[in-house]
Amino acid sequence: MSEDKKTQKDMMEEQMKQFYSFVESMKKSMGLPMVPDMKTGQALWVDQREVTLKFIISIDKIKEFFNALADGKLLGTKCKECGEVFFPPQKDCPKCIDSEVEWIELSKEGTLLTFTQINVKPYSFAHYDDYIVGIARLPEGVNVTAWIREKDPSKLKIGMKLKLEIVKREPENYYTYEWVPIE
Amino acid sequence: MGENVAIVGVGHTKFGVRNDVNMPELAWEAIKQALLDAGLEQKDIEYVVVSNAGGWSSEPLPAVVIAEYSGLAPKGTVRVEAACASGSAAVKLAHDIVASGHVDIAMAVGIEKMNESPTPTVVEFIGRAGNYFWEFHNFGLTFPGYYALYATAYMSKYGATEEDLCKVAVKSHYYGARNPKAQFQKEITVEKCMASRYIAWPLKLFDCSPITDGATAVIVANEKVAKQLTDTPVWIAGIGHATGTSNLSKRTTFTSLEAGTLAAELAYKKAGIDMDDPTKVIDVAEVHDCFTIAEILAYEDLRFAKRGEGVKLVREEQTYIGGKIPVNLSGGLKAKGHPIGATGEGMIAELTNQLKNRVEKDRQAPIKNGYALAHNIGGTGHYAYITILSLSKPRG
Repeated sequence: MSEDKKTQKDMMEEQMKQFYSFVESMKKSMGLPMVPDMKTGQALWVDQREVTLKFIISIDKIKEFFNALADGKLLGTKCKECGEVFFPPQKDCPKCIDSEVEWIELSKEGTLLTFTQINVKPYSFAHYDDYIVGIARLPEGVNVTAWIREKDPSKLKIGMKLKLEIVKREPENYYTYEWVPIE
Repeated sequence: MGENVAIVGVGHTKFGVRNDVNMPELAWEAIKQALLDAGLEQKDIEYVVVSNAGGWSSEPLPAVVIAEYSGLAPKGTVRVEAACASGSAAVKLAHDIVASGHVDIAMAVGIEKMNESPTPTVVEFIGRAGNYFWEFHNFGLTFPGYYALYATAYMSKYGATEEDLCKVAVKSHYYGARNPKAQFQKEITVEKCMASRYIAWPLKLFDCSPITDGATAVIVANEKVAKQLTDTPVWIAGIGHATGTSNLSKRTTFTSLEAGTLAAELAYKKAGIDMDDPTKVIDVAEVHDCFTIAEILAYEDLRFAKRGEGVKLVREEQTYIGGKIPVNLSGGLKAKGHPIGATGEGMIAELTNQLKNRVEKDRQAPIKNGYALAHNIGGTGHYAYITILSLSKPRG
């Protein structure tokens, strides 16, 4: 890209800013947040209330997983009764109903099952460059979805070997995990 | 089992960007059509199931907003969510309420006003429709992205190409161009599709269904009422349903949707259709082509083709009128549009009209055996509902 680096988020925000400044000018002249549809002229009311969604989610029963990430380890859970391994980790084995699970450290290597590159991003991911998401199988028989450290999807092949690295996600600055192709 | 249930009236608005109407006005367009089609009044409808995914639209209680505006209140209502399969779930519940003998007549109303939010917000909401915490929050998958995971795996295993996928879109637009209710009414070429930009590699813009506003309605009644209302009731011969894992990482295959396969088996069993070759009996089908790859997976999950051979049906144009089995003569989600919560009733309304020989002539399937199938998937194989309709009475 030769143009100076604008993310999709910059472009989305510019567009919305333009639209809302148009709404403000209409409001000034009419006293109402009423604008014509750009294509058809149909009358539209622009919401004067706004809400932000940011959830607060309990991880109390699986906090070991997150503490281990900070130590560079990937954990899963294993049912003490039937031996089933869970990833994402879960505290309850639905098969055994009344059993306990234990924490196990998972291998950080996998075989690529499938992948895609996200070109049109959701708003909350629009500040990133296009990213590749893949699903790979661990020797323990569970699959892990994560970004793959590669820019060009044509360089990846189903069946190839990957290793998992615990990384800090920037710019948010928190631990997560990422697949890395083994050359 | 329960009582036989028939469709006695359907409504289907123009799909597209519907900035000319608000949510209840749009719903009323479909409800009015269905009432007129059935020859019924609001007082005859005993229960209303409203399907709406929502999030992107302003009204959090769409069922009551619609009930008030349309004069359906004070009859009981509820809003249901099964993502993109909400509409078929609503028809199933309306069916079950009638089949159980609880009421004689019920209505399913599908409504979605996706254009009340800007596109980035809509992309965000649909991307979250899987497992928010483990798969969206960290890795930002989108709805096209989820299906692209299937496209990559299918193409790699069976040698399907991006051109093959584009051929599905060409067919959707061919029939969309003949459906006045479709969002896109222009034909496209493989070249035009191939030249479109990537949305989620390897899926391009023309592989994807659009953001759509639309409303649909289906009125169902028991046998006694249906016979009083119409000479050609369209019977619900069987409904199959299944659920897939919320995390895509927990799927055991990426070349078929397990929930779709299971739901198909259940629906065929209930309708008494030979699973070895359902295309012998089914005259026309609407399948869930939110993305071109999804239509190919549907052919295989529904046993219209063997595993890996769905793409052959596309190459040989076997799903146009005159082929092995005509599919998505409405234009499908791809060209007719995909107003999430209204898509299911939309498929069932379309097939009711197909079975009654009353759609536009150049997209009317020849009706020989009187069976039609609606394949409606929610999310990325998260929910699956398959509804089989028939001109002949199921039991008794």
